Amino acid sequence: MAFYIISLIKIALVAFILLTVLAYLQWVERKVIAHVQVRMGPSRVGPHGLLQPLADVIKLITKEGVMPPQVNVFFYLLAPFLAVFMALISISVIPFGTQVTIGPWTTQLQLTDVNVGILFLLAVSSMGVYGVALAGWASNNKYALLGGLRSSAQMISYELPMSFSIASPLLIAGTLSLRDIVNAQAGYNFGFLPKWLIFAGPFPQVISFFVFMIAAFAETNRIPFDLPEAENELVAGFHVEYSSMTFASFFMAEYANMVTVCSIATLLFLGGWHPLWPAAYGSNFVAPAILFIAGALCIYHGINPARPFDRYTLPVFGLVFFGLTALMLFPPVIPVLMPLFWFLAKCGFLLFVFIWIRATLPRFRYDQLMGFAWKFLFPVALLNLLVTGLAVALGH
Amino acid sequence: MPDALAVLHNGVPISWYLMLSAVLFALGVAGFLFRRNIITVFMCIELMLNAVNLSFIAFANVHKQVSGQIFVFFVMVVAAAEAAVGLAIILTVFKNRSTLNIDEISTLKN
Amino acid sequence: MDLFFFVLFATVAVLSAISVVVQRHPIASALSLVGVMASLAVLYLALGAEFVAMVQIIVYAGAVMVLFVFVIMLLNAGAEERRGRSLTAHLLGVPVLIAFLGLICYFVQREFANAGFMKFGNFTGGSAQSIGLALFTDYLLPFEITSVLILIAILGAIVLARKEMD
Repeated sequence: MAFYIISLIKIALVAFILLTVLAYLQWVERKVIAHVQVRMGPSRVGPHGLLQPLADVIKLITKEGVMPPQVNVFFYLLAPFLAVFMALISISVIPFGTQVTIGPWTTQLQLTDVNVGILFLLAVSSMGVYGVALAGWASNNKYALLGGLRSSAQMISYELPMSFSIASPLLIAGTLSLRDIVNAQAGYNFGFLPKWLIFAGPFPQVISFFVFMIAAFAETNRIPFDLPEAENELVAGFHVEYSSMTFASFFMAEYANMVTVCSIATLLFLGGWHPLWPAAYGSNFVAPAILFIAGALCIYHGINPARPFDRYTLPVFGLVFFGLTALMLFPPVIPVLMPLFWFLAKCGFLLFVFIWIRATLPRFRYDQLMGFAWKFLFPVALLNLLVTGLAVALGH
Repeated sequence: MPDALAVLHNGVPISWYLMLSAVLFALGVAGFLFRRNIITVFMCIELMLNAVNLSFIAFANVHKQVSGQIFVFFVMVVAAAEAAVGLAIILTVFKNRSTLNIDEISTLKN
Repeated sequence: MDLFFFVLFATVAVLSAISVVVQRHPIASALSLVGVMASLAVLYLALGAEFVAMVQIIVYAGAVMVLFVFVIMLLNAGAEERRGRSLTAHLLGVPVLIAFLGLICYFVQREFANAGFMKFGNFTGGSAQSIGLALFTDYLLPFEITSVLILIAILGAIVLARKEMD
């Protein structure tokens, strides 16, 4: 019975945190892109625009949902549901950290540990294409149809290099369970170089990591591969006929897919929740140090305010950061919070790379996109798999 | 017929899986015979293959051997190859005839 | 629990299969077929074939059916018109189908009534490792032959697709 109650609590917690993260990811993206382009970004709703996601949610919920008369109603409504369902369900097999013990109960920081976890993620992501393709078709609009066609061809093409780049780390780890893959990356070579699959093993998986990240951009329909929704050729591509909550579903699905692929990259290549250097050399103090510096900066700018509001808002943030610093130094929670911090830090860094690239690169042309997948990415991933297989076989 | 109590206690009889497979296969046959759209006919073939796969997996469970699952693996490979070639043929036919109705694709008859 | 899941997903599979056959629009049929495949994948999981279940979703539902949907969208295939059905098919079709089904079920019940029971976890030989071992030892020759088959299929598809260009 306790198992079911703990599972329900975990599900509620993970769903709540995930949805909050998705809402704030959009705020982070707007802020980062704005600063890359030397703008302010959202700054009206709340301090530094921090309440902007809330305002967006209220706007999207209360907006009128316009349904064009020519659509196929059932599939038109099914498509956003499918997209968001397939995007959110993949979080259920992703491990975030080690285990946590509260009183007599011990539970893992993961909803379910499936022994074919990575295959499950691949399966769910390959089903995600139906949401986009169906939206394009059911809208009964030629731009939407073109977007749907593009996305289905693109996703099938990029799934191959992605699967091959995932296969190489699996060969080294020798398991399909995500938790076991991370456990296989524990420890350090020469006492300091982490045994992450991107650094260590019989054959470092650097190539495979980059192939995976490139394919991930295509699978999530992000710039530079956002051809299905290229706004200057296809208006908005597959979701041109969607508004209000159905539009928000596609938006949420895109961000959830980003979180998923970044988690997969972290788990497979970047050692999951293992720190960059051993705890003996003080890796446990990274998180408190970062939080302390953030808090100190906030206090400093609160004392010397650049804007009138900062005098009140920034000291509050500073105190919050100092509180978090104290929490991170509290010995009983270190074995739980440190792995969680390292996992979130790596994942957050990859998400930042996603946003950074969006602010930097222009869009590909469609023939360049397909040629790149088939003529470059796929052979490279295949060669990498062959060499890795050879290295693993010789190592045995 | 195993009585209901036995079912609740022991799990699901394997024969039920085989009957489900038969039902799916029969539906596939029906679609294959009744439908006129060449793509739908093709999909009904896939439905029959899936029905057969279910029996293979059920038999693998009965005999506690992995061979049945290997057969399913091969069936999937063949189905993928078949879909690639078949859809290419359908594309070519549509380009030449601009119809997908199998009754109208009957050059050999005339 | 086993029974509940079997009944649930068997019902979904049969209803989706009926929908494949009776839907008039090819896209609706294709999506119903995806429903059949997904529910069959769950049944495979219950039967202890976890690797095959995932491959079923990745290959069948995720690649083959996406290809179908892609072709349907590319050809912009409309709903099938109802005409030219023969009278015999109308009158005999469904009864013959049911008779055929009854016959199969009768023989299955006669031959396999005591074949045993499926209980979740009573067969765990479907892991990726055991499948791989079997594929590369006992079934090595068929495995290599399928790779040739795939190659031929790729060549065939490319030749067919190129012919319409000139």
